[in-house]
Amino acid sequence: MKQSLYLAFRYLFFHKFRSLVLIASIGIVIFLPNGLRRLIEESEAQMMQRANSTPLVVGAKGSSTDLVINTLYFQQEKIENLTMEVADRLSATGLGYSIPIFSAFKARSFPIVGTSLDYFDFRDLKIKEGRNLSYVGESVVGSNVANQLDLSAGDALVSSPENFFDLAGVYPLKMTVVGVLEPTDSPDDNAVFTDIKTTWIILGLGHGHENLAKTNDRSVILERNGSSVKANAKLFMYNEITGKNLDRFHFHGDTKDYPINSILFVPNDQKSSTILRGRFEANELPNQVVVPARVVENLLQSIFRIKQIFNTVFILVGVATLLILGLIVVLSLRLRKDEIYTMFTIGSSRAKTFEILGFELLTLVTMSVAVASSLYYFTGFFVEEFIARFIL
Amino acid sequence: MINIENLKYSYPNSDFNLAVGTLSIEKGSRTAVIGPSGFGKTTLLNLIAGILQPQRGDVKVNGTNVSQLSDSERRNFRIREVGFVFQDFKLLEYLNVLDNILLPFRINRSLEISKDVKSVAKDTAASLNIEDKLRKHPSRLSHGERQRVAICRALVNKPAIILADEPTGNLDPDNKAHIMQILFDYVDNYNSTLVTVTHDHELLKGFQQIVDFKELGQ
Repeated sequence: MKQSLYLAFRYLFFHKFRSLVLIASIGIVIFLPNGLRRLIEESEAQMMQRANSTPLVVGAKGSSTDLVINTLYFQQEKIENLTMEVADRLSATGLGYSIPIFSAFKARSFPIVGTSLDYFDFRDLKIKEGRNLSYVGESVVGSNVANQLDLSAGDALVSSPENFFDLAGVYPLKMTVVGVLEPTDSPDDNAVFTDIKTTWIILGLGHGHENLAKTNDRSVILERNGSSVKANAKLFMYNEITGKNLDRFHFHGDTKDYPINSILFVPNDQKSSTILRGRFEANELPNQVVVPARVVENLLQSIFRIKQIFNTVFILVGVATLLILGLIVVLSLRLRKDEIYTMFTIGSSRAKTFEILGFELLTLVTMSVAVASSLYYFTGFFVEEFIARFIL
Repeated sequence: MINIENLKYSYPNSDFNLAVGTLSIEKGSRTAVIGPSGFGKTTLLNLIAGILQPQRGDVKVNGTNVSQLSDSERRNFRIREVGFVFQDFKLLEYLNVLDNILLPFRINRSLEISKDVKSVAKDTAASLNIEDKLRKHPSRLSHGERQRVAICRALVNKPAIILADEPTGNLDPDNKAHIMQILFDYVDNYNSTLVTVTHDHELLKGFQQIVDFKELGQ
């Protein structure tokens, strides 16, 4: 057996290119259906886990799928906003507590998620390095954001402008990274968390500038009328919130009217959940409430229909590959007729000859399975990207 | 000694018939088998080696009736007693020279590769002036060198009979003489029996017995 293995290896090694092509081809055919199945199953598990851990989502009326995707996965689909007042009113019902979510901006392609500290407790997010949010202008980044942008506590991160040519648009805000979260294998790893007020500052609803009452620069002042001062565009606006200028930041108007995308509502118990949903259904409340698990289930059902089509295709591809492999073996035997005859002439038995050829085939298949297994293993790293690109 | 009596062989689905009345080849002799193509010279070698089994008659080699042996017995006989040399060398391209020489040991369970066997293989290669080619693959060798490798493979197990089928058919005149001398030397040194099929009448002077198929078989 040792000698047969030796001869089989010599043959495969001598025909390196041919062997590698065969190993790669068979490996890919074995991997494709299994890899896709793993992607779909793990995506399903990950999505359902996230959905199941989120009891209720409240948002403006419209697509429930977009609402859930925005709230759970921070995909920033265009949905109608709510006001912060809705979150306050829901909390005031005593049926549970509200966690506002406002995710409209990005920092170097990662979503900025404005929320409250309750979010970290609700998702059981642990700080790996640094501390949690304390002041506006601070951010806590997910593990993936920290890895990819090489960020750690004490670094700064600037919000990306929505449009470089929109002069009236969003001002970039330099945020201090005060903490890095532990990895969770969830969309939280890819988010930049800030206090919701910070996102309103990015939106332009809050800002900080030099004290007009104390300024000596007369060219900034357009008009003084009692306690009211009008300034021109020369007025210096802060683009970073620090300990020194924190008290210069303020909001105009009532923050109750400020926008949020949605609300994660955490009911006290099942009864509270049922009562709240009943109130929405009775149109006592002007928005919609959805159970994320049901929405995600509906979303996944259509994907499973596609999976069944893929399975059929892969079975056909597998059968075709086996036939081609059979053909290759037959043609190879024909091409090696002389070699087989030589071995027989100098004393090899048929069993020994087939043992050598069998080992060649077995080695090819084993290495193909190894290739397929490696690819299958690495597939696990792409589940989140698969969810983001093909499901959401 | 090889004794053939009343031998008859025909291939399935073929008009070809080989019939040999009586043929004796002395132990330690050099015998050349000549005759036109298609008369069954190679078939005769295969019958002596036990690769083919005759429909009738006996092939006795050193007292063993090869035609009466079972498949595995004939294979064992071939491994122990016969060394084959072919016109087109029949070396395996994917093995280097040393592995080609040791091939009989790698494909037969009854033979084991020991240090001694490797040493014999290297010594035989040295006697054929190919000791510096042991790590090369056959495609890197000249025709003459390839045939020396093939002879080395045939001789490494010290066979009692060497069956050579047109061993010089692909060689230039210098190499032809050299290869035949190697085979003759082996026969003389080991009291082995050489049966060579050849078309080359220039080579016949070195043989003690010449079997003409035009007279012997049909």
